[in-house]
Amino acid sequence: MNSESITKLFKHFDAFLMATLMFALLIGLFVLYSASGESMGPVYKQLINIGVAFFLMWIVTNISPSDLQRLALPLYLVGVLLLVLVEFFGTTSHGAQRWLNLGIMKIQPSEIMRIAMPMMVAWYLSKQDGKLTAKHYFFGGLLLILPVGLIMMQPDLGTSLLITASGFYVLFLAGLSLRFLLGSSIFLLAMSPVFWSMLHDYQRTRIEILLDPTTDPLGAGYHTIQSMIAIGSGGAAGKGWMNGTQTQLEFLPERTTDFIFAVFGEEFGLLGNLMLLVMFLLIIFRGLMIASEADSGFSRLLAGSITLTFFTYAFVNMGMVSGILPIVGVPLPLISYGGTSMVTLCISFGILMSIQSDKKLVAR
Amino acid sequence: MRAELRNHQYEQSRFKIRLVICIVAVLVLFGILATRFYYLQVSQHQHYKTLAERNRIALLPIVPTRGLIYDRNGDELATNFFSYILEIAPAKPAEIEKTINQLSAIVEISAYDRKRFKKLRAETKRFKSVPIRTNLNDDEAAKFAVNHFRFPNVELKSRLFRNYPFSSSGAHFVGYIGRINDRDVKKLTKNEKLSNYKGSDHIGKSGIESFYEEQLHGTTGFQQIEIDNNGRPVRTLTTNPATAGESVTLSVDMNLQQVAEDAFGERRGALVALDPKTGEVLTYLSKPSYDLNLFVGGIDHENWNRLNNSIDRPLINRPIRGLYPAASTFKPFIAMAGLENNLRKPPYRILDKGFYSLPNSKHRYRDWRKTGHGYVDITRAIIISCDTFFYGLAVELGIKRLAAFVSHFGFGKKTGIDLPGEKSGLLPTPEWKKRRYKKPWYAGDTVIVGIGQGYTLVTPMQLAQATATLANDGVSMKPRFAIKFTKPTGEEVRLKPIVQDKTVLAQENIDIVRNAMKRVTLPGGTARMVGSGAPYTVAGKTGTAQVVGIKQNENYDAKTVSDRNLDHALFVAYAPADDPKIALAIVVENGEHGGSTAGPIARKVFDYYLLGKKPPKKKVKPTERVGQTTVQDRLIPQPHRHQIQSNRAN
Repeated sequence: MNSESITKLFKHFDAFLMATLMFALLIGLFVLYSASGESMGPVYKQLINIGVAFFLMWIVTNISPSDLQRLALPLYLVGVLLLVLVEFFGTTSHGAQRWLNLGIMKIQPSEIMRIAMPMMVAWYLSKQDGKLTAKHYFFGGLLLILPVGLIMMQPDLGTSLLITASGFYVLFLAGLSLRFLLGSSIFLLAMSPVFWSMLHDYQRTRIEILLDPTTDPLGAGYHTIQSMIAIGSGGAAGKGWMNGTQTQLEFLPERTTDFIFAVFGEEFGLLGNLMLLVMFLLIIFRGLMIASEADSGFSRLLAGSITLTFFTYAFVNMGMVSGILPIVGVPLPLISYGGTSMVTLCISFGILMSIQSDKKLVAR
Repeated sequence: MRAELRNHQYEQSRFKIRLVICIVAVLVLFGILATRFYYLQVSQHQHYKTLAERNRIALLPIVPTRGLIYDRNGDELATNFFSYILEIAPAKPAEIEKTINQLSAIVEISAYDRKRFKKLRAETKRFKSVPIRTNLNDDEAAKFAVNHFRFPNVELKSRLFRNYPFSSSGAHFVGYIGRINDRDVKKLTKNEKLSNYKGSDHIGKSGIESFYEEQLHGTTGFQQIEIDNNGRPVRTLTTNPATAGESVTLSVDMNLQQVAEDAFGERRGALVALDPKTGEVLTYLSKPSYDLNLFVGGIDHENWNRLNNSIDRPLINRPIRGLYPAASTFKPFIAMAGLENNLRKPPYRILDKGFYSLPNSKHRYRDWRKTGHGYVDITRAIIISCDTFFYGLAVELGIKRLAAFVSHFGFGKKTGIDLPGEKSGLLPTPEWKKRRYKKPWYAGDTVIVGIGQGYTLVTPMQLAQATATLANDGVSMKPRFAIKFTKPTGEEVRLKPIVQDKTVLAQENIDIVRNAMKRVTLPGGTARMVGSGAPYTVAGKTGTAQVVGIKQNENYDAKTVSDRNLDHALFVAYAPADDPKIALAIVVENGEHGGSTAGPIARKVFDYYLLGKKPPKKKVKPTERVGQTTVQDRLIPQPHRHQIQSNRAN
């Protein structure tokens, strides 16, 4: 195989995006090595995860946006069907029913929805030829609510919030009335005392602990307190790679997955954190650029939503680890250990690259 | 075409405006994050640095003292006691090995102790000490105290253990605590109680210990301590004390319990006695029993296999999980059903020739007396326990009407007693049979329900509850053990009796049945020996439940049947008959005749409860238990945080 055919094989890849992704993943591997107590086991496993995810990303880059458009409805319907099946036949782990055992493998239908949701809403809205009325936004909202409701029943609050966000971004980018948005936010804000009074006592204490973790330092508050200590003690320059005491003395819970950012913050300090923010910003800007240059309505909306959802994951994770947002189970994209979210993430980046590459073809 | 193009352009420009809004939002939100990082890592850096680097703060849970369980006289059923243990502070493996070897010269350390220590060390957090020896006696503790200076990283601690002074007496309702396992963790997580169990190693597994776990456990406190680089505690910063669990007082009278157990002797079976006016459980017996103390901290294989594989099934909680045919003890309730439906009202009588046949059928449902009883009215039918009378009554009532009526007395449903794992028995209906066996209901099925046989199954608890309801003129009180909770502050909460089901029954019908039951214990009745010579009146009903089926034209011969296949003896009764203070149900497995086997047990219980005949008191003192069984001595201790050290520090 000569160099030209290799180039051809990866012709749909976006060089800038690939470079930033690889850099972020590399950082992730280093942090993972430190967080898992200097053991190579998780690092090897994560490398396999990345390999599988990149392979799937490569496949997706070879699907043109028009084919993706055709896939939107079937994928969405399959996703909803699987979510319903989970409700009845799903296996329970950690108290939530999220997995579906297909005999040969276990799948998590809510992950399919992370891709299918923005595709479906984007397909539906772009189909209307730019003549969008309130009716269309309303129906788009319905497409959003049904699967999100099913995921909330599992219960998986983090994922359902983020899938809601991915669908909402499509509606917003398509031009959902700002006046409507403002109006409904004010309405919800005004109604919040009513919702509060409808909650059970245990639900209220849960929210109170989210707002003030020190009230339950052994239970729900423990994570937040320990991760804030980790980040804060890191200081401006950090304690250095593999020198975080919070991490190495195992005070930090879930330090390879949802709370890996606390490890990063402890060992690399404010400088590291700002660098990570900048890197995420580069990825986000590149994604939004692809969205703004895309030539079909579907591609635009989809690329925009994927990028903003990526931003939301990063923001929510760093926000909860640094103690300004309540703890919902959301991993830090590209850095946290775990195969499922890595695969979903890379597939969505594959879609971005496919959209970018399609534009290049048209321009030619 | 042009309009479309313009539309397209408009769409694109609107999209771009929206993108700009998003970019601004992204920058603002990342800006907030950056500010937050600055706040944590620069402004508050010193604060967090103090917390994390120089002084590592550990939060140690303080396990609350578990509440006690008392009987109605204030006798302790479950207590805590202190015992000494030796703990080794974290250090390098080689150093620990050396310490253990030196230590074994002073106190005995077995291979088992070493194995357990290794296992515990592997699963314990770095800054926690791990026990090497538990349950030291006073001599051993003193011996170590003298040599303490040689072992700077070994600590002598006193910890709280659970003890059941009555050991096997009342074991089935007191229940036991055991080490928290994965299933418990799952349940606690689901109920959002897991954080209250940080540091707790034990949880109620059965009986009252499990049912009132929430009250008994208490609230876990926590202590912020400073630890040095080796993970050793330096000093205590703040202490948020634990709140001890509430103590539970039960309605059971352990003196009465002893009387009942002695009367039962070596026989297998169950006895439940209730106060019909309040639903309070006075005695609750399941025979054979087992020593509760074996279970604290995890039972060893030897004892577990012995109990679990025993043919006598000591682990079965017979009063709420044993299912028996109600047999003839069902008859008073069928009689009530008949009278309330205006069937068989006196002076109606039947001529009993010794059998009953369904119309157009030659099959004979035989009476227990081959020759029959002659003319029998409803009162005499109960006194002599006439089967023929009730065969016919059941058929005339029909299974649906019968089942619906007797369910008011609690048959076929849980009584709601405050113990986990109660079974609901079985009150068969045609729908149930179709579901269960996919077969239609035959008339013959109804016939034998009339004498409490066939598919009908009851628990001794249900029988006692139904008898108490009858004794209380149809007002069913919710049966309950707990009568009082005592908070650690001394504040007491008394539980009020709860009316469970208030079936309105005609007083004249109740009087007929209760008068007949009174005559059961008089000369001529099936339980005449229960009443003979008693200074109070007793109302009762005997029952004999078949264990093996007897074929048509075959006689039951006790001599040819092996011990385990002998009939179960049943007896329900209350006394005094006109002002009932105690109602009970007794099942003696393979005891053959209700009147002669179960009856005398009832008499002894009544005699004590109503006349106060004192029995000899037998109790196992907690201190006697130490060193009693070698297996028990080696159980893993419960880390109730009652350390000498922390007490001194405060």
